[in-house]
Amino acid sequence: MKANALFTRSEMIGFAILACVIFLLLPAVLDTFRLNLFGKYLTYSFVAIGLALCWGAGGILSLGQGVFFGLGGYCMAMFLKLEASTPENTAIQSTPGIPDFMDWNQLTALPWWWEPFHSLTFALFAVVAVPVVFAFIIGVAMFRRRVGGVYFAIITQAFAAILTILIIGQQGFTGGVNGITDLRTLLGWDIRTDEAKETLYYVNGILLFAVLFAAQFVRRSKLGRLLIAMRDQEDRVRFSGYDVASFKIFIFCLGAGFAGIGGAMFTLQVGFMSPTLVGIVPSIEMVIFCAVGGRLSILGAVYGALLVNWAKTTFSESFPELWLFGLGGLFIAVVMAFPNGLAGIWVEKIEPRLLKAFKKSPAPASPAQQSTPAE
Amino acid sequence: MFADYSMSELGAIFAMQGFAGLILFSVFVLMALGLAIIFGQMGVINMAHGEFMILGAYVTYLVSNFFAAYLPALFSAYFFLAMILAFIASGALGLFVEWAMIRHLYKRPLDTLLATWGLSLILQQLYRSIFGAREVGVSIPDWMMGSMPVTDLIEIPINGIFVMVLAVGISLAVYVMMFRSGWGKQVRAINQNRVMAGAVGINTEWTDRMTYGIGCGVAGVAGSAFTMIGSTGPTAGQLYIVDTFLVVVFGGAASLLGTIASAFSISQAQSIMEFFLSGSMAKVLTLLIIVGILMIRPQGLFAMKLRK
Repeated sequence: MKANALFTRSEMIGFAILACVIFLLLPAVLDTFRLNLFGKYLTYSFVAIGLALCWGAGGILSLGQGVFFGLGGYCMAMFLKLEASTPENTAIQSTPGIPDFMDWNQLTALPWWWEPFHSLTFALFAVVAVPVVFAFIIGVAMFRRRVGGVYFAIITQAFAAILTILIIGQQGFTGGVNGITDLRTLLGWDIRTDEAKETLYYVNGILLFAVLFAAQFVRRSKLGRLLIAMRDQEDRVRFSGYDVASFKIFIFCLGAGFAGIGGAMFTLQVGFMSPTLVGIVPSIEMVIFCAVGGRLSILGAVYGALLVNWAKTTFSESFPELWLFGLGGLFIAVVMAFPNGLAGIWVEKIEPRLLKAFKKSPAPASPAQQSTPAE
Repeated sequence: MFADYSMSELGAIFAMQGFAGLILFSVFVLMALGLAIIFGQMGVINMAHGEFMILGAYVTYLVSNFFAAYLPALFSAYFFLAMILAFIASGALGLFVEWAMIRHLYKRPLDTLLATWGLSLILQQLYRSIFGAREVGVSIPDWMMGSMPVTDLIEIPINGIFVMVLAVGISLAVYVMMFRSGWGKQVRAINQNRVMAGAVGINTEWTDRMTYGIGCGVAGVAGSAFTMIGSTGPTAGQLYIVDTFLVVVFGGAASLLGTIASAFSISQAQSIMEFFLSGSMAKVLTLLIIVGILMIRPQGLFAMKLRK
């Protein structure tokens, strides 16, 4: 195999295993309700993949990924809400034809920036474009001025706070704290039925693999190597003549776009979007998905999102009090004991033994996996 | 929007809102001081800072209940003991956390952020299990109740004045510790050059631990003062953590004066805007302005000139 191929052999096996898990194993063993839950978890892994690129490879820790997830989700929800609010469905309102929460808040006309969301094409475009443009503005403002590390994290966190307060405060335009609920159909196709949920799960899985391939492509490209170089020695990269800020802006926008797709799929599968998925707490939880999976590994990010969310559902169903202890402990453990997460354990502990068991010489791991984060 | 008010009413509104802003300022200063010590001097992101503060608030709550039950004669003075105990409790927890967790992570600032966030989740749940999910209020002594009329239109609450006095006192104490004590000198030396500070015989590990402990202790006192003007719940700390970090970053991380100046401008801007806009929009606007200014001037208002 050529050295510059898209995959090393072990990565190809990893992709194949993940595909089997998502497309064969989970649908085979889970009922529709649980499958829909796992579909929801998978939407978080879009965000986690973006974080693995930004944070793991690029060393940019964003605590505002919930903002992009939310923006994507809200764009989708606005389209679905408008479709659900036909004049016939909303005949009992004082102003028929506008979303119910607007009517409750004494709005009599649709705000102008809601108008374009009558079109599905525009909404799908906005799902990616709005988060990317937003990330671009933040990125240009921060990275051009060489703001990074801790300061960047705090400021992105402030953005998460701002957007949450804004959404909750502007109830008439955004649905407030309840979010946009009661979404019914997509171009006349009822998204609440079991068949629709299964279809959406597969669509979600295919999109996830598209995003994974894109992320893998970035990682294996020269850009991916530059990102790691920037993370470890930013000044040297700059002195070598590279425009560090542009690369950072690009990877941050890419992560935001991924998160936006995840948010839109979340809205479709779960049937609502609310500010509880935008704020500081969900944003930082998204970082832990990535950290548990292994911040350097995009496949690990998917497993991390699945595992943490599955644990969250299981524990908060049976021991609601213990879950926060568990999550808190997870944050501390993953930082103190396993900085490279599940992927690190796999690469360092399990894979060599497996290879030994099969009596093969160990395959060279990709350069991204060998390097450790230096912060 | 001014047409409905007469001149003297308008003056009174500004004075009252300004005073409300001063109380908010005192709270920000109290919270930000501890953070400025830990973040500004050590570069550690302490996301659990709010929870250290809430610990102080709960200690005050316990002490006030104790006095009400066993020493009602001394009830009017319980607060001073509560403050000292809050400092000791939060400080001791801080020392332990530094020893168990933070000292392993000094080279990875982003990881301290995640680890202390985890700590904050654990502490929140701990408070919820012990004190219940509902907010608890402290019964404040009689002499702190009521308000002081200044003119016919302007009245200022006494507990507000008390918190302000406390903020000034603690700021002075922190100033003396940082700039007039041996410990402060060591902290500043380590901040400038850790290796050299170690080479001239400063025990950097010990100083780090003390710095973290004192920063957490100051947070505890802030929480104690906080009970005088609001009630305390398990998640109250999380509400303020982003504001507080912005105050510290906006002021210029290593500068105490900057922290105070930025707390002042942020709190005044917010409380004056709150009167004319809704509370949430005032908050959004304030945060946006801060973030906007930070984008233009990332080093904050008062930056130390350092060669890196």
